[in-house]
Amino acid sequence: MQIKVNGKDLVLEKELSVKELIDEQRIEAPEYVTVQLNEEFVDKNDFSSIIIKDGDSIEFLYFMGGGRI
Amino acid sequence: MIVIIKLTQRHCEQILNYCQNEAPNEACGLLGGIIDEDVKIVKKVYLLTNVDQCPEHFSMDPQEQFAAIKDMRTNGWFLLGNFHSHPKSPSRPSEEDKRLAFDPEVSYLILSLMEEGYPILKSFRIQKDTVSEETIKIIAGGA
Ligand SMILES: [Zn+2]
Repeated sequence: MQIKVNGKDLVLEKELSVKELIDEQRIEAPEYVTVQLNEEFVDKNDFSSIIIKDGDSIEFLYFMGGGRI
Repeated sequence: MIVIIKLTQRHCEQILNYCQNEAPNEACGLLGGIIDEDVKIVKKVYLLTNVDQCPEHFSMDPQEQFAAIKDMRTNGWFLLGNFHSHPKSPSRPSEEDKRLAFDPEVSYLILSLMEEGYPILKSFRIQKDTVSEETIKIIAGGA
């Protein structure tokens, strides 16, 4: 099956959960990643239960922020 | 490694005006553009909401971040970097800025408004605890 990750095509051998894809993509510091699946925000608590399907488009985005100290 | 980032005068004014208007709160945004050999060329400055609305912290609005990234993609641009202001501190990454810098490829621009009338804009690459300064080249004009 084929999906889009951050706008780029990716072929997957089988369906994966959002969490499994994060692991497979070796995304560092996943606790700071915001995810959109087909334009909808995915709650962090649902990362393991939501399964990515053929033709889905998923976006990973790092939290961007900082502080004074 | 890329060490030069080019902005137009207009881009710099956009960043400066936005940060001054948002002061005393920190302001933030994203930079989209192209990479030509080893030079980053900024094409558009995206002014984002600091959802913290705070003088000592900033967090970009994820919805606006996604919208900016999609606009860049539509135009064939890349996320080159981001900026934020330091209304009361120098233009260098704080410990928290470093801790929350997850992308070693992007430029982290910091505009210090500490000294009235002398805004200072610098650009950094941050890889874990290693901070290196990049050269900012400002080209005249711009849209
Ligand atoms: Zn900062």
